[in-house]
Amino acid sequence: MSATTTSLAGTPLAWKLPYRGRVGMACLIIAESAIFTIFVVAYLYYVGKSLSGPTPREVLETPIFYTICLLSSSLTIHFAGKFLERGKRGAFLSLWLLTIVLGGLFMYGTGQEWHRLIYEHGLTISTNLFGTTYYSLVGLHAFHVTVGLIMLSIVLLFGLAGRVGPDQSARVDVLSFYWHFVDAVWVVVFTVVYVLGR
Amino acid sequence: MSSDVMAIQSADAAVRSWTEVLHEWVTTVDHKRLGVLYILYALFFLVIGGIEATIIRIQLVRPHNDFVSPQVFNRMFTMHGTTMIFFVAMPILFGFANYLVPLMIGARDMAFPRLNAFSFWLTAFGGMLLYFSFLGGSGLYGAGNAPDVGWWAYAPLASRAFSPGHSSDYWTIALLASGFGSIGTAINIIATILSMRCPGMKLSRMPLLAWLNLVMSGMVLLAITPLSAAQLMLLVDRYLGGHFFDTQAGGSATLWMHFFWIFGHPEVYVLIIPCFAFASEIIPVFSRKPIFGYPVMVGATVCIAFVSMSVWAHHMFTVGMNSYANSFFTITTMAVGVPTGIKIFNWLGTMWGGKIQFRTPMLFCIGFLFQFLIAGLTGIMLASSPFDWQLSGSYFVVAHFHYVIVGGILFALFGAFYYWYPKITGRMLNESLGKLHFWLFLIGFHLTFDLMHIPGLLGMPRRIYTYEPGRGWETLNLIVTIGAFVQGIATLVFVANLVISYFKGAKAGNDPWDAWTLEWSTSSPPPAYNFASIPTVASRRPLWDLKHPEDPDMRYE
Repeated sequence: MSATTTSLAGTPLAWKLPYRGRVGMACLIIAESAIFTIFVVAYLYYVGKSLSGPTPREVLETPIFYTICLLSSSLTIHFAGKFLERGKRGAFLSLWLLTIVLGGLFMYGTGQEWHRLIYEHGLTISTNLFGTTYYSLVGLHAFHVTVGLIMLSIVLLFGLAGRVGPDQSARVDVLSFYWHFVDAVWVVVFTVVYVLGR
Repeated sequence: MSSDVMAIQSADAAVRSWTEVLHEWVTTVDHKRLGVLYILYALFFLVIGGIEATIIRIQLVRPHNDFVSPQVFNRMFTMHGTTMIFFVAMPILFGFANYLVPLMIGARDMAFPRLNAFSFWLTAFGGMLLYFSFLGGSGLYGAGNAPDVGWWAYAPLASRAFSPGHSSDYWTIALLASGFGSIGTAINIIATILSMRCPGMKLSRMPLLAWLNLVMSGMVLLAITPLSAAQLMLLVDRYLGGHFFDTQAGGSATLWMHFFWIFGHPEVYVLIIPCFAFASEIIPVFSRKPIFGYPVMVGATVCIAFVSMSVWAHHMFTVGMNSYANSFFTITTMAVGVPTGIKIFNWLGTMWGGKIQFRTPMLFCIGFLFQFLIAGLTGIMLASSPFDWQLSGSYFVVAHFHYVIVGGILFALFGAFYYWYPKITGRMLNESLGKLHFWLFLIGFHLTFDLMHIPGLLGMPRRIYTYEPGRGWETLNLIVTIGAFVQGIATLVFVANLVISYFKGAKAGNDPWDAWTLEWSTSSPPPAYNFASIPTVASRRPLWDLKHPEDPDMRYE
């Protein structure tokens, strides 16, 4: 059906190209970074421009503990991946579970903060510019954490069913690449919202 | 997958009912079928967008015309712009990229076939959603109402107070959906090019079409996403009572402009770069010479991509930015002309001294070259901020960007249709009808868009639904409208050619143009698996090497 093409001398024997999953995830991360950049720009542009209260200085408390949770989950997922590569299923599963727990704790922290802001300070997304930009930026990040948690849980379920082995290591790496990105975004959001924005 | 399709091909075609065929097309993950779906879908919307343009032009044919009401006129230019950019130009270019990139790099499919299908259907449903607004725009309580806030939906015009009902929401969600589809396709194209090339296909040997689509996809990742982010903010404003673009609560209408044009300007390059890619494949083949300055072409494209990310505010000179911003955006905008000029010289250098064959694809590419040059020159004029202060928002600007989009993008696209139609369908497009199409369209195009500059210089603003007599605009507008009809007739000739040639066209064979890239090494149309055995390449022109073993290209690389 199709004519074969040239097979001439001079072509390299070893032909290795990057793993498509990793390339795809890298592209997704670039695209997501652009989305976050726009939200961060909007946040910074509107700092101090709210016409009414409450202001960030009055109501925000720095979530140190939950930040430590999220950032350390990057370490646990990294080592989980290493253990999977070496075929140590038990260590992989427990560190993977720990990652989910740490991510879950972070989400709990966000939920608590929002609850406090809404019920104690009356700050909602429509209260003032600060509310609009704050809930959008932090909410966009929380949405990404949630998506990550869902995907991590799916891997955990497959892992418990015994379907995740060293062969899937490259795919699991792609997911942990995403999780590192979510953590890195939090560093930016944290700096913008809790350090610069006050 | 491939064994499946092989079985179907060997089975008796007459046995399959139309529902089975439909099912195959709807559930397909084959990059060629998805490419064809993208193209057909875009052609459908091209007709709709063309009808909207015709309505606009009929309304403006004479002063005080009342062919449509001012409200309908607003809907028409909004829908025309939105449709042509998001549901014609983007999908048609993605369609060609989908079809051609894997074939040109010797791959059997895209990197993520299912993501590919998902992206297509997202885009498709986005288009349907946009047009559903004619029925559902006013909700259950009013008559139909399509978006009427212009294709850039400036704040506060798009806020709840000034755009009641759901028309702007349909616009927003349609663009969000198709935007996510575009991001998915861009990811797919990049992953395909970086991870699926056949052995020997180093980046420095890749066809320029693949290179330019790689750059275009990178730009999509960085340019479409700001629009998606801004659309999310607009939704927050409209549905959750947010204040992003609400000036009464301290928000900024200018910020929307910035966000929109951070998308809007690179978008033009997202559309034109694949057209550069078509020209870079077609011009060498019909000049019988390899492309002149391959590395420079790649470098210039990357350079355009970089610079074009920092020119957006030239759409906003009249907003009242400070003089530093005005100077910066004037300089960057003019700077974009440099790599673009390099590319034009390279195409001319390719043609120089070649044995040029004036077949229809080449004619369209030559038209593209000259018209794109003129469009670029008016672009340089508008880049100068004092000049722009005079002409921003006038028909001069409308003429300028239609010169880019019709004279540049559409001409290159027509060239691509004539060039790759034989590969896609196995039949040649009729050459006489093709030449008729070219000349008719060329005449119509110049009647419309050359003359459209003049009412702009005379002060005719864009987006007005009618005008007073006695300002010297009447004759010009009449001729512009006549030109639009000539282009419409030419497009009908093209569509007729597509249909007639599909059934009656001469058989194409594998390689009708005596070309050099891998897609011509397989049958026309290619089998589902593209290549029976994965090819190996040793130069930029693998088929030249095959046809000329005594003097292969690889000797000179």
